[in-house]
Amino acid sequence: MSHNLDAKIPGGPLADKWDQHMIDNPLVAPGGNRRKHKIIVVGTGLAGGGAAATLGELGYNVMNFCIQDSPRRAHSVAAQGGINASKNYQNDGDSVYRLFYDTIKGGDYRSREANVYRLAQLSMGIIDQSVAMGVPFAREYGGTLSNRSFGGVQVSRTFYARGQTGQQLLLGVYSALSRQGDAGTVKMFPRHEMLDLVVVDGKARGIIARNLITGEIKRYEADAVVLATGGYSPVFYLSTNAVNSNATAAWRAHRRGAYFSNPCYTQIHPTAVPQMGDYQSKLTLMSESLRNDGRVWVPKKSGDKRHPSEIPENERDYYLERRYPAFGNLVPRDIAARAAKVECDAGKSAYYSDQSVYLDFGEAIGRLGRDVVADRYGNLFDMYKEIIGDNPYEVPMMIYPAPHYTMGGLWVDYNLESTIPGLFVAGEANFSDHGANRLGASALMQGLADGYFVVPRVVASYLAGTKLDAVNTDHDAFKATEDDVNKHFQRLLNIKGSRTVRDIHWDLGRVMWDKVGMARNGEGLKEAIAGIGKLREEFWQNLALTGTDKDLNKQLEQANRLADYLELGELMARDALMREESCGGHFREEHMTEEGEAKRDDQKFMFVSAWEYKGENQEPTMHKEGLSYENIEVKTRSYK
Amino acid sequence: MANKGMTIHLKIWRQARGAKDGAFVDYTVQDVQPEMSFLEMLDILNEQLVKKGEEAVEFDNDCREGICGTCGMVVSGVAHGTHAACTTCEIRMRSYNDGDTITVEPFRASSFPIIKDLVVDRAAFDRIQSKGGFVSMNVGSAPDGNAVPVPKEHADKAMDAASCIGCGACVAACPNGSASLFVSAKISQFSWLPQGDPERTRRALMMVEQMDAEGFGDCSNHGECEAVCPKEISIENIARMRTEFIKAAFKG
Repeated sequence: MSHNLDAKIPGGPLADKWDQHMIDNPLVAPGGNRRKHKIIVVGTGLAGGGAAATLGELGYNVMNFCIQDSPRRAHSVAAQGGINASKNYQNDGDSVYRLFYDTIKGGDYRSREANVYRLAQLSMGIIDQSVAMGVPFAREYGGTLSNRSFGGVQVSRTFYARGQTGQQLLLGVYSALSRQGDAGTVKMFPRHEMLDLVVVDGKARGIIARNLITGEIKRYEADAVVLATGGYSPVFYLSTNAVNSNATAAWRAHRRGAYFSNPCYTQIHPTAVPQMGDYQSKLTLMSESLRNDGRVWVPKKSGDKRHPSEIPENERDYYLERRYPAFGNLVPRDIAARAAKVECDAGKSAYYSDQSVYLDFGEAIGRLGRDVVADRYGNLFDMYKEIIGDNPYEVPMMIYPAPHYTMGGLWVDYNLESTIPGLFVAGEANFSDHGANRLGASALMQGLADGYFVVPRVVASYLAGTKLDAVNTDHDAFKATEDDVNKHFQRLLNIKGSRTVRDIHWDLGRVMWDKVGMARNGEGLKEAIAGIGKLREEFWQNLALTGTDKDLNKQLEQANRLADYLELGELMARDALMREESCGGHFREEHMTEEGEAKRDDQKFMFVSAWEYKGENQEPTMHKEGLSYENIEVKTRSYK
Repeated sequence: MANKGMTIHLKIWRQARGAKDGAFVDYTVQDVQPEMSFLEMLDILNEQLVKKGEEAVEFDNDCREGICGTCGMVVSGVAHGTHAACTTCEIRMRSYNDGDTITVEPFRASSFPIIKDLVVDRAAFDRIQSKGGFVSMNVGSAPDGNAVPVPKEHADKAMDAASCIGCGACVAACPNGSASLFVSAKISQFSWLPQGDPERTRRALMMVEQMDAEGFGDCSNHGECEAVCPKEISIENIARMRTEFIKAAFKG
């Protein structure tokens, strides 16, 4: 039976909800009371590492797991452009409300008001904290912090550290974690992968994790579990994510009872290096910040494959500036990505391939000089040149949209608690803040808001307000869950087929990209569901693996993750099929305006979907959380 | 784009987990495209191996865009290969010619034990970082971000040093197996910032002490570390670390 979910949003005026909530909730006293509480945090990115370090500072007994060889390598490290905060340092009219408004509008009115407002409020403290930790943000000659603009907004509120903002913020988190490691409050488990969640008497009480070097599978118990394991873009195989990024921890929690929300909301980022060949393992992002100075264009004439240097100005179509004069090249990601697809589908593309458009810095170099452009984007230009071989200072850069970020994720209430009590979900792994489309420079903001500020407080409230029986790893639930994990591995190793993990993952990626990608339709989604089912069957009958599970074996790790993607991919298609409207990154071809823009159906679809797992090859049940907007007028989103 | 591709011969270090030693094994990969990354070429090799029922070559890698610092191997005798300022994952096969033979080995240093094939254990870096590679600033204590102005030149210098990705190429390239470039980059970053000032003495002493305790060698100014560093971290940082350390030692 489907039911409506309660997000437990506190009462009172929007601006006071979070503070009042903290006043109303119980606390855990410092010292021994905190030390006796064990907390497991999975993931060491901005959300997970931030939460683990902060919980450590508060005196809890924290275990922090990551699949990387060091917490410093979590995929937050790859974020380039920046982090938003409503500081209004530029005196250009920014405020908490404006950041809240931009984020809700950017998400096409499909995110939760109270969460987004809290995010905007907490954004400022993130900058203060990061600066104080020695994050070397870009600065003006007067010594103050610099800002730049990102898509979908008309203020400059993005803080940055060259094109490596994620790296620098993550190193800040890592330094805090290192400090807690030395202090003995956080015990690190690098090269460990969470493979299942242990639920005892309806509450999350631990995890099963595998040591990726020795293959040893072990049980870990705690009073609460925090998942901050990122998104699921690699379901498309080719994405901007790291090759080890995966959805396994989140998916296994889903199988244990955590609902999965809005899986069809995926962000296809407009500016990645175009795909080159079928040998490729990933797509490389070119930061959105490039659209501050780069102008996007295609030849006016369909099929024009001349080199860009031979195409005169009047034969170029700067289609974003033409279609969206108010925001121009800085429209939000979903809009920019779809517009590129429209041009390429009409046969207008860059010389390199049928799926590429130009991002041209000629005008910016003329206006600012080469040195200023190099100072702003030099590392990105170097990266691009290395990959494509063209020099972007001389030949316009070529770009094409690529899977990048997933707004969907495990359902959480206002306290970031999933439908399993004691299981909290933070950062990209949850669904709550970005609606159907995330604005640029907001992922780092959400990761750190959750990690530094929200998780430590809501977990404390949970621990103080919940009666927790003593549980150890000898409990039957631990044994049964570990048995399931072992069986799963044996099943994988016993297939002994002839197709590699990469082969099958590539096929899954093609189905996802063609039918559950930038544009979707009912017929295609039904085909996707059938196609993924077949692939799943093939995987379980014909997978080739070598080596053993008692060793470092990356093929086995990837096979284990692909098994989950083969289920998650189908859920994405089901969610997209159910959502008979277009909103943000979810574009149904049956639902668009005459001008080709997304057409929402607020009457029927102003809700969050939350899918309940019902067993392998069983149809999931959808529950709903209704969305209401009391502090913002719901409008048709326009950037014209 | 669709040219026939190159044939590349590989001599790859294979070492079982727990084994004291390993050996080079010869492989050949065909139809290598110039746009391919070096790791994608290794992916193709691994596909071939698995299809033949052999174990894949293990190598650490993740972001494949030069920022996470996970990948790292000695390619043709040089850490991260002979191409300047890039990580192993950023090497493109257009740097090679049809018929080339490339040797591929793990980063070799006594403080980086080999785990398997090309995968090494760099946990020593984490242990050094935990001895003062931070500003002791609990969440909640920070003043406004603009409360303390930082001259742009200083922020830029701090950022130059902070660009280190912790890959360990500097150690692998150093004839002494020294971690001085890695450690100095962190000490330098904080030394340029007012936020790093209260703990500069303690930091310099503790990090250098832990570096020594991990068994990394001394720096004798070979400069190999700077030459291989994918992020072009300057050895000026090592000079700065020495100054910080001497000052700290006097203050004690």
